Amino acid sequence: MAGLGRAALLLSLGLVVYALVAGSYAAWRRRRRLALSAQNALLASFVSTLVAAFVLWSALARRDFSFVYVAEHVNRSLPLGYTLAAFWGGQEGSLLLWLMILSGYAALAVWLNRRTRDLIAWVVPVLAGVAVFFAFMLCFVSSPFKTAPAPADGAGMVPSLQNPYMLAHPPLLYLGYVGLTIPFAFAMGALLSRRTDERWIVATRRWTLAAWTFLGVGQLLGAHWAYVEIGWGGYYAWDPVENAAFMPWLAATAFLHSVMIQEKRGMLKLWNMVLVALAFCLSIFGTFLTRSGVINSIHSFSQSPLGGWFLGFIVLVTAFSVTLIYVRLPLLRARTKLESLVSREAAFLYNNLLLVAFCLTILWGVAYPLLTEAVRGETRTVSKPYYNFFLHSFGLPLLLLMGIGPLVAWRRASLRSLGRIFLVPLAAAVVTGVVLIAFGFGSSTPGLLAYTFSAFVAASIALEFWRGTRATGSLLRLVARNRRRYGGYLVHAAVLLFAIGVAGSSAYQTVRERGLQRGQSMAVAGYTLTYEELGARQEANAVATRATIDVSRGGSHVTTLYPGKNNYPVAPGGPQTSNEVSIYHDPRNLGDVFLIADQIDKNGTLYLKALVKPLVNLIWAAGFLFVFGSLVAMWPDAVEQRRLAERYAAGAVAA
Amino acid sequence: MTLGLIVAAVLAVLAVLFVARPFLREPAPASDLLDEPGELERRRLELVEERDRALLALKELEFDHRTGKTTDADYRALVGPLRRRAAAALQALEPRAEARHERIRSPR
Repeated sequence: MAGLGRAALLLSLGLVVYALVAGSYAAWRRRRRLALSAQNALLASFVSTLVAAFVLWSALARRDFSFVYVAEHVNRSLPLGYTLAAFWGGQEGSLLLWLMILSGYAALAVWLNRRTRDLIAWVVPVLAGVAVFFAFMLCFVSSPFKTAPAPADGAGMVPSLQNPYMLAHPPLLYLGYVGLTIPFAFAMGALLSRRTDERWIVATRRWTLAAWTFLGVGQLLGAHWAYVEIGWGGYYAWDPVENAAFMPWLAATAFLHSVMIQEKRGMLKLWNMVLVALAFCLSIFGTFLTRSGVINSIHSFSQSPLGGWFLGFIVLVTAFSVTLIYVRLPLLRARTKLESLVSREAAFLYNNLLLVAFCLTILWGVAYPLLTEAVRGETRTVSKPYYNFFLHSFGLPLLLLMGIGPLVAWRRASLRSLGRIFLVPLAAAVVTGVVLIAFGFGSSTPGLLAYTFSAFVAASIALEFWRGTRATGSLLRLVARNRRRYGGYLVHAAVLLFAIGVAGSSAYQTVRERGLQRGQSMAVAGYTLTYEELGARQEANAVATRATIDVSRGGSHVTTLYPGKNNYPVAPGGPQTSNEVSIYHDPRNLGDVFLIADQIDKNGTLYLKALVKPLVNLIWAAGFLFVFGSLVAMWPDAVEQRRLAERYAAGAVAA
Repeated sequence: MTLGLIVAAVLAVLAVLFVARPFLREPAPASDLLDEPGELERRRLELVEERDRALLALKELEFDHRTGKTTDADYRALVGPLRRRAAAALQALEPRAEARHERIRSPR
């Protein structure tokens, strides 16, 4: 079977190399049949990559330890779900997942846009170029189909990966990372074919939104995974690999906003090209960080030979994008100008500047250790205060802009109209601020600002829906007529919930830590935690030790929690121990009582860390609203589709 | 191993046939040129995009006015130029549309 996997990957490589070379020649020399043939090669590469993926999944399911990849990532006691998820648990499998998603996306995008032949003729070689890199890596640098004499049992999976989120978080992130290739390929295809009209934007609008949604949801699932599994009491640690997914998401967020300005006003053509290229380069950079092991991170499971290849590819992609954009500059000049600094489009522009500035400061923080090591020979890292400073500096104004932007009219707004429109949101913000200070929440300035701004944004979103409903006569009609706008507002509401959750759980959290003997208690934020007993049980692949903690408030029993540790006798690199936290979701404040058994002594002494995190559950609730809002925005609009079909009908005939 | 190689060989043959399909279906086509929009078509597309932008801007302005975001004075100042822009784009498209219809009607 390994032979079939290797052959399928070699076939994929051959097909995408053909699609790159023949496709480029066909697009350059205007050869119709050759261009179609290159398209077919790209479609066929998806099938051969699927065959390779099937071979690996089959080997994992059969626990065929003659595959080195299988022997290194699973063992016989690992449950089947995690065994199959080991496909993306290691470097080689992740690369195969990248190629599989890329070739699938590429096949679908080419098929859906096959009528726009002049544009797609150039899109095919760009997509193929990216696929060539990954197929080459899989064939010659990091093959999942290496074989060796089979050991009696495999090394197993890293304990922290043995979590249900392992089944969803990595593939969702990859769906997002890889999805950004499609808008990039269409943007570069538009530049190469000199078709800098809106065709490429229309073709990729939903792709970008879908990739952005996948990235967002993937990160949120990763945050929840870290929260319940890693056992340090937080959900985001500014880890380089977490940042690696956050940066392309920020760049894509900026693009999703600025592309609207191009569609509505014909402005920012150059800026949009830059953002698409930036988002794609950052997605490759993210994969490089995760898979190269170049920066110490809990996500970088191994040092690998991939670093140099990835770095070379990133340099190549950046040089290609910059050169192409520079050569086509005359085609990217805007014909209209910003009419006023107080307008919807100006608000979008400020939002873009803040998002990109935030993205670049994070990039600097991530790259800083690499640069210091290269220049000074010693690794220096930037830590949480650096990122938090920029989160407050850029995040809070962004939050405020989320409320200002929708209220301001397009083109220009007079001071009189602004005063009238902002009256209600401003009043909501002031009242919220005063009430919070009165109730003693002024202890954290960022927290207070976040809540005050949130009240402003919430009022502005509610006002938008109310005014729109009044104007159209029905909420459903309002949303149906402009799904993108009102879907976007729902996403804004999700971001708002997220911001409230983050502010509450970080600025106003309470942390207590102490050693307890059986029968002893500790108090934290109104709760009393009593250590009752300690027990151990054998699970499928670990020994689980759990402390029993009674949680009470005001003398009344609330719940019983069981923090502890799992000991995995079989794990990569030898036996490992993981923290198993226990959480009580308090419906009163939408927060959590979060218990960590930091240390358990042989005599039964428990060093318990307790965190009370108000409003933290709003972060996870925001995820559902985020997906719902994205779906509303993505949902096809029959009227718009008819308009676009009419617009490009003659173009299709000509093409 | 043998079965794997047979499957791989079949896959490779099918892939080659699929890639060669455009040449197998049309061994000697009348034209093998990949069409691209000419200057006239590109200009038409620009005008259609301009028309759509102007009409959309008018729609947005009407909506902003109805929802109170744009004052009466701002509305009056903005609506005139936008209508003129939309009318200019529609007018610029008109002769081309007629010419195209003419071309379709006339026998080749």
